Amino acid sequence: MKPSFDILIVGIGGQGTVLASNVLGEACIIENRTVRSAETHGMAQRGGSVESHIRIDGEFGSLIVPGTADLLVAFDLLEALRYRHYLPDGGRLVVNRHLVVPTSVYQQDLDVPDEESILAALADLDVACIDAASLAEEAGSILSQNIVMLGAASGDIPLRPETLEEAVRRCVPKKTVDVNARAFRLGRDAAERGRGTP
Amino acid sequence: MAVRYLLGNEGIAHACLEANVDFAAGYPGTPSSEVIDILRVQEERLFTVEWSTNEKVAFENALAAAWCGLRALCTMKHVGLNVAADPLMTSAYTGVTGGFVVLSADDPFAHSSQNEQDTRRYAHFARLPCLDPASVQEAHDMIRDAFGLSEELGLPVIFRPTTRICHSKGDVDLGEVGKEHRTAAFRRDPKQYVVIPAHTRVLHKVLNEKQPALKERLVELGYNRHTVRGSTAVVASGVAAAYVREVLPDDVSLAVVGAYPIDEEWLRDFVDRHEKVLVVEELDPVVEEAVRQVATKTEVFGKMTGTIPYEGEFTPATVAAALQKAGITPTVTFPAAAPAQGVPPRPPILCAGCMHRPTFYAMRKVFRDGIFPSDIGCYTLGLQLGAVDTTICMGASITVGSGIARSGEERPVICTIGDSTFLHTGMPGLLNAVYNGADMVVVILDNRITAMTGHQPNPNTGVTATGVESTPISLDAICRSCGVSWVETVDPYDLPVLLDTFRKAKERKGVRVIIAKQPCVITARRSGIRRKAYTVDPEQCMGCGACRSFGCPAIAFAGKNAMITDLCAGCGVCADICPSGAIGMEGRQ
Repeated sequence: MKPSFDILIVGIGGQGTVLASNVLGEACIIENRTVRSAETHGMAQRGGSVESHIRIDGEFGSLIVPGTADLLVAFDLLEALRYRHYLPDGGRLVVNRHLVVPTSVYQQDLDVPDEESILAALADLDVACIDAASLAEEAGSILSQNIVMLGAASGDIPLRPETLEEAVRRCVPKKTVDVNARAFRLGRDAAERGRGTP
Repeated sequence: MAVRYLLGNEGIAHACLEANVDFAAGYPGTPSSEVIDILRVQEERLFTVEWSTNEKVAFENALAAAWCGLRALCTMKHVGLNVAADPLMTSAYTGVTGGFVVLSADDPFAHSSQNEQDTRRYAHFARLPCLDPASVQEAHDMIRDAFGLSEELGLPVIFRPTTRICHSKGDVDLGEVGKEHRTAAFRRDPKQYVVIPAHTRVLHKVLNEKQPALKERLVELGYNRHTVRGSTAVVASGVAAAYVREVLPDDVSLAVVGAYPIDEEWLRDFVDRHEKVLVVEELDPVVEEAVRQVATKTEVFGKMTGTIPYEGEFTPATVAAALQKAGITPTVTFPAAAPAQGVPPRPPILCAGCMHRPTFYAMRKVFRDGIFPSDIGCYTLGLQLGAVDTTICMGASITVGSGIARSGEERPVICTIGDSTFLHTGMPGLLNAVYNGADMVVVILDNRITAMTGHQPNPNTGVTATGVESTPISLDAICRSCGVSWVETVDPYDLPVLLDTFRKAKERKGVRVIIAKQPCVITARRSGIRRKAYTVDPEQCMGCGACRSFGCPAIAFAGKNAMITDLCAGCGVCADICPSGAIGMEGRQ
């Protein structure tokens, strides 16, 4: 058995994957657990595909090997598809029901991907699909989608929900603490409601 | 003191504070930039910190501080060390009195770089000690020790983290921030600091004589360590050692190399005890060469046997595969996991509202048959727009441009260079182009900041690294004083004027400079500038695709018809491009 619980968070530069991974890291510190993570920095952040690796109880390097992630959290449907090979067969995916079509599609005249076909291509995984935008709006800010997603994934993460919520409070800007705490709970509730339904 | 969840570069910066750094200078470069970025925003700052204009400048400033007895840090990315190589090589001769740490961050897989060179080669070349951390915690601990080591040896110490150290995070056990800072005092000693031939010959001998003690000291420090567990062994260095530990069986010995030069006695002692050794290190076979030099009867596997790659970044899977090739069974085997096919790529792209996009658009519109040398910055992404024909290193767009023009190539040469890159190493190229009579257009993409690496200020920004207002400089005046007589500054959001300026440039001969000036759209937004978004009138859109070629991420298409998404930053350039007048500011007819 590998000792760490490995989470890959993927999205598009600017969607807040780094903040989400910071919350998980901070939660590990609160629970006195070791953690390793890796992030995308530099030019790759300019609207490109980004990934954060987080290894709870990790002791070695920060990189997760494809096929071995315990959980994939995707802020965009297309990015879920791009990184699905990090999960083993039937692995757990928590994905935002949201699709930003890359400019490359228009520039290179590629087929425009759509929500249904992407979800169909992900159907063999254990998928929770979350409408993060509307939950974030409900929480008070569209910018809190990353924390909604973290809340939605929290039931699959071996950290206590109270710890995660405390970590959210510590990591987000002071003015947005209440909005993000709400966003976390709304995401968590939505995922719990979704369990058991096909 | 406390365990915190920190980025490698944050751990490094904190260790500098623990070590009482007195002077820090650097030039931004991924993955090194956050070290100075963190030091420069410290509230109680009892040390000097600067973003210098290039790596050589940073190195020399920090070296001088170390000559004054201060603890000095200099940061850059690996290719920056090429720029600073001149003072580096001779600083090994002069040595230092205060501790001097040269951080040069390597980038295996070239995530954000033009090559995969290995800083450990420079350390060997200059005969300087080099520390190579295997984890974020070790990066912190090594930096804390490096200043003292530098003082003890009287030599600069090279510190070589890689991307997966700088940009990894982990739980880091930190020490207390120091409060003892030194007063600079330059002690005049021409025999040490004036490297005329008579002095330098002596200094070279002194440097060579320091080597044996240096190697022993590095073993004592414990950064090169080993555990003997069987007749087979792995020798690993840097972050690759962490990947090895993840998959290494209990009965295989392990040596971890974290400091160079490697003491031959220590290494021979380890290698000799094994029948078979696999060397695992990213980039160059530096450790492997050392192992092969000391090995007498041991079979050595590594890059030279094709067991593990020379290029790219490793993962535990790379190491597991290499172990198997060398006849060692790893504790974990990884599934073959291939990415899904046919997923449209999402490469990084110039932001919606980026000033570079209209500049490239106008340049290509006016100079349809032009050759476009470019440089290093966000604008290298102009490649996607067909606006970048060459990129080799910082400052090389003007020189490559003048070289092409003076080679007799008949098509017009229009090169692009950012403001920070121009000030870094672009200026001498401009002076040279004018002096030697090149016929070309130089476009300075002036977004007022060093954007790609995380928006560091430069002399063109108007503030220093610590936020102090700085003397305003004029790019126009710099170009004119280099001898350029035709210099035009233009707002790239004003497409008609921009096109007109390119057309005027086309009519002239000699070196012509266009300064396209508009703040980076990210810094503009952060400073509170809000522009109204634009929208497409579906009634008027003919689906001609003129805006498609502009390549803005805020323009999407439903079939042939364009629409503008919420990414729109309101630059309004697409409204000028649209031939049917279908694009206008939101809320206006």
